[in-house]
Amino acid sequence: MSLLTIAWRSIQQRRLASCLTAFSMALGVALVVTVVVVHRVVRDSFTAPAGGYHLVVGKKGSKLQLVLNTVYHLQEPIENIPYSVYTDFLPERGGKYIAYAEFAIPYCLGDNYEGFRVVGTTPDMFEKLQYANQRRYEFEEGGRNFKAENFFEAVIGSGVARQTGLGVGDEFQPTHGVTEEADGHKHDAFNIVGVLKPTGTANDRALFINMEGFFLLEGHADTRKAEKEPAEGDDAAPEDTHLHAENDHAGHSHEPLPEEQREVTALLVKARNDVFANHLHNGINEGVEAQAVYPIQVVQDFFDKLVKQITTVLKWLAALIIVEAGISILVSIYNSMSDRRREIAVMRALGAGRGTVMNIVLIESILLSVGGGLAGIVLGHGLIGVLSPFIAEQTSVSISFLEFDIIELALIPTLILLAVIIGFLPAVVAYRTDVAKALTSNP
Amino acid sequence: MLVLTEVKKSFTEPDGSPLPILDIPEFRLAAGEQIAMVGRSGCGKTTLLHIIAGIARPDSGKVEIDGTDITRLSEHQRDRFRADRLGYVFQTFNLLPGFSALENVVLGMTFSRGRSSRDRARRLLERVGLAHRLTHKPPMLSVGEQQRVAVARALANQPKLLLADEPTANVDAGHQRQIVDLIRETCQEENVALLLVTHALEVSEQFDRVEHLEQLNMAVSVI
Repeated sequence: MSLLTIAWRSIQQRRLASCLTAFSMALGVALVVTVVVVHRVVRDSFTAPAGGYHLVVGKKGSKLQLVLNTVYHLQEPIENIPYSVYTDFLPERGGKYIAYAEFAIPYCLGDNYEGFRVVGTTPDMFEKLQYANQRRYEFEEGGRNFKAENFFEAVIGSGVARQTGLGVGDEFQPTHGVTEEADGHKHDAFNIVGVLKPTGTANDRALFINMEGFFLLEGHADTRKAEKEPAEGDDAAPEDTHLHAENDHAGHSHEPLPEEQREVTALLVKARNDVFANHLHNGINEGVEAQAVYPIQVVQDFFDKLVKQITTVLKWLAALIIVEAGISILVSIYNSMSDRRREIAVMRALGAGRGTVMNIVLIESILLSVGGGLAGIVLGHGLIGVLSPFIAEQTSVSISFLEFDIIELALIPTLILLAVIIGFLPAVVAYRTDVAKALTSNP
Repeated sequence: MLVLTEVKKSFTEPDGSPLPILDIPEFRLAAGEQIAMVGRSGCGKTTLLHIIAGIARPDSGKVEIDGTDITRLSEHQRDRFRADRLGYVFQTFNLLPGFSALENVVLGMTFSRGRSSRDRARRLLERVGLAHRLTHKPPMLSVGEQQRVAVARALANQPKLLLADEPTANVDAGHQRQIVDLIRETCQEENVALLLVTHALEVSEQFDRVEHLEQLNMAVSVI
């Protein structure tokens, strides 16, 4: 009979106490696993190479706010930048950055639909941009990208489609303001022509409308400029005076908003190479109109400065729970030693050495710790599975319950070490058992 | 087989003075021989068995078993010696409650250098009439059955010497003879020497050779 079997029988004999101590260990380990895996996946997701662009350009101000707002659709946008910053990237306009930039995607923000961010952009968004390791945006069957000439077309993210029930052929009316407000003004309706396949990015939680349509919505034209600089030919205001078949919308038609009344919130810029990205970064930041930031750098700084601190606190908390669970194993085994003194004496009388009975107690401690630890790993991944839809909803980061972290590999050896440390005291008690005395004491 | 020479053992009283327990000038037990050692309670019977088993050390003297003076062995060597050469039947059986009857017997072989054999454990349990109780745990067995498991366990490692400490003390009178017969018969079959200590004269009557500890033990007058 192996020492393992003997130790296991001892655990079985104290089934309830053993289960409870192993369970407390499982809880600690589950917490560690959950914190470590969720942190790693979210961090990877947030700091993954931004799909196909180098820089985010926006109003000068908080870099983090600019990135969170543009890339992750979180927080309020900073103010808008002039439309000319965008045209500086357009080859057809002979923009000053065209030698360095491959393309720039405009982001116009200011509306929401049921709390989801509405983004005014161009069809390039889904034609030129990529996400997560150069994957191209795809549409669910029956859907397509919106067309530049159809001002009131839109595509929506998979998360929005799932939660709102909207689909191709449906219409929605954006509400003014980036967050949901009960009395928010409802804009004209947009026709959904495509639903994006899940991307695991924040774009799953957004609705993308044609930027031209966005400009034509009430309150989106920069009328200050219109008043100051009335355009020649009197086409400054978006009056419904001209008819264009391609812009037909709800029984009436629109002309594009004059450029001088346009603003954009941000630009996603892809440079021709990394060196040019740096040129653009420095060049834009030297100006007064806008700032350019490397989103990965900003998010990494954010993670390192804040999220990492929180995660570190959580990890320490989890570690303390594991130590506490270890102590409860110690107490459980130690308390059982007085009951088991005779058992130990019997084994000694049958020829077991002091080292052997000590090892049996240590193995028992290891079995409880490792057993609890393995259960904790399973429990942790189960917890991740349960939390996964919630996390996906809030952050669009999808986490599989099978997602592992390298730290998990270190958990079991750590638990064995912990078990040896906590099992040492009761093991010494076993080692020092006075056999003759224990055998003659009353059972 | 077993030779005790000038074996002395005393304990320390609370006031620090020594309390002599054993003083045995000489005692011999031949290989395969069976002896009942009779003595009243508290005369040092269990202490004597502990010394022979190497669980306790005498203050002086020699304890030779099969040619080996175990008083010269280290604790680790005595553990090994006990595991390989001795069997022990306790007064209170001392079966491990979490183990089945079969596992309790296998445990008797676990610490010896020979291989643990479930077949041998099974055969021994069949021999003591417990073929139908192999998987039962001690709390599910009667007192008599538990003592029979204890006998099988003591013989599991094929010892040269079986030490039995009041093996019938917790068994009713009707079963005492059966237990002693069982121990004697199995020892005979396995060619194991037997030293059984008891305070019950009716038990000692089943043996050809009976020794009285009070007569052997020079320290007995002091107790």
